Amino acid sequence: MNETLLRELIPAVTGVLVRRGADFATAEDAVQDALLRALATWPTEPPADPKGWLITAAWRKFLDATRAESSRLAREVRVAAEPPPGPTEDTADTLQLYFLCAHPSLTPASAVALTLRAVGGLTTRQIAEAYLVPETTMAQRISRAKRTVSGVRFDELGEVATVLRVLYLVFNEGYSGEVDLADEAIRLTRQVRSMTDDEEASGLHALMLLHHARRAARTTPDSTLVPLAEQDRSRWDTELIAEGVAVLQAALARDRLGEYQVQAAIAALHADAQTVDETDWVQIVEWYDELDRLTDNPVVRLNRAVAVGEADGAQAGLAALEQVDRAVPRYLAVEAYLRERAGDLALAARLYSDAARAATNLAERDHLTRQAARLNGVVRG
Amino acid sequence: MAKYLLLKHYRGGPAPVVDIEPMNQWAPGEVDAHVQWMRDFATRLQETGEFVNHQALSPEGTFVRYGGEGRPPVTDGPFAETKDLIAGWLIIDVETYERAIEVAGEYSAAPGPGGEPICEWLEVRPFYGSPPTVAE
Repeated sequence: MNETLLRELIPAVTGVLVRRGADFATAEDAVQDALLRALATWPTEPPADPKGWLITAAWRKFLDATRAESSRLAREVRVAAEPPPGPTEDTADTLQLYFLCAHPSLTPASAVALTLRAVGGLTTRQIAEAYLVPETTMAQRISRAKRTVSGVRFDELGEVATVLRVLYLVFNEGYSGEVDLADEAIRLTRQVRSMTDDEEASGLHALMLLHHARRAARTTPDSTLVPLAEQDRSRWDTELIAEGVAVLQAALARDRLGEYQVQAAIAALHADAQTVDETDWVQIVEWYDELDRLTDNPVVRLNRAVAVGEADGAQAGLAALEQVDRAVPRYLAVEAYLRERAGDLALAARLYSDAARAATNLAERDHLTRQAARLNGVVRG
Repeated sequence: MAKYLLLKHYRGGPAPVVDIEPMNQWAPGEVDAHVQWMRDFATRLQETGEFVNHQALSPEGTFVRYGGEGRPPVTDGPFAETKDLIAGWLIIDVETYERAIEVAGEYSAAPGPGGEPICEWLEVRPFYGSPPTVAE
């Protein structure tokens, strides 16, 4: 049994414990303990019934944990009330866990950590590694998150949108050590989609697939960033693109548009172009207009200015840029790009230098520095 | 989340607002109280899930550079009186820049002689993060 299959069992096992009367925080700890034991023992002693093994191990751990703090009577009541694990309840339990882990009372980072552990079935060490913090710090972050949601009823209905927001963050951020967070985000989003029938869950799933398809082309082996226009499109994963497009089309057909569907539509238009010159920028601008209506996000208007620059020329792009707040991250990089296209190389070089100073990650800083150096070379002659 | 380096300088940076004698002139109890306060501060950050690392540096440093093909590195120093001297650091992983500033402000309140806050200047520097996957 591989680790991903093991992880898939985790939320259902927690759900079983909670249905048997365990509180979420203690149940989740017990399941994490069972998970660690499974990771240690299954390679040499694979169980005949993996899920049953996990439930038994977690339930024993839960009883041990509560023995110290609760009365014997309460424990006996719980044991007596122990119902058989019902397979039909798994889906509902798992969805409840997603809602709980993405509860609006949690900070984004806490929701991400809790989701990866309680729903994703990752170990605390794996999560700590993915976010480059000590394991003890991550353990505390997760405990605090569990305390924050301790007053929330397990069967309280949440909003799919908050869950999707958390999964988007998992996909978009983090360093990925032993566990690939992008793969993990895709797996979890696929699961949410299968449980909720929500168009935006499909939209997000499609968005992730379409971006994931470009992964091999997005960076060189030494992790230098390769911009979309310069990517070797033969390295894009056509199978993932086809899956993403199919998921997106099914969602769009239901005519309940949302921001993830629109972002996926833009990604699909890029994926559809065999070469960068074949990109349908006019349609991309239309989708950005749609996205702007849906989100009122300055980053959207910034990206729209880039698309306008491609569709109608650099001057039109610069005019669109005037509508964008200069404080938006990457504003300088976009202006530099458009200034170069408009022929003002000296200004573009200066803007690229300023953009490099303002970059928030090394890959972008290096990319922008290279652009500045290239233009400075041209300007000097 | 974003990581920040809270850099402690012995010298350099803005002029100190509280004139404090070197620690070796403090009462032993004041030194103990200061050290304990720093430990407790790190523990609190661990509990909030924001602690990454802290280290103190020995004040003596040596400058080193490449000495050329087949030659040993060239060293210079140690310098006792450089303009800037880094004493140590605290690395935190926090939700916002504002939170980083808040933590640094609290960290600067470590007690000195008489239990009064030493109000040392801390330099807050963001780390580079990872590039986002969805960029367009």
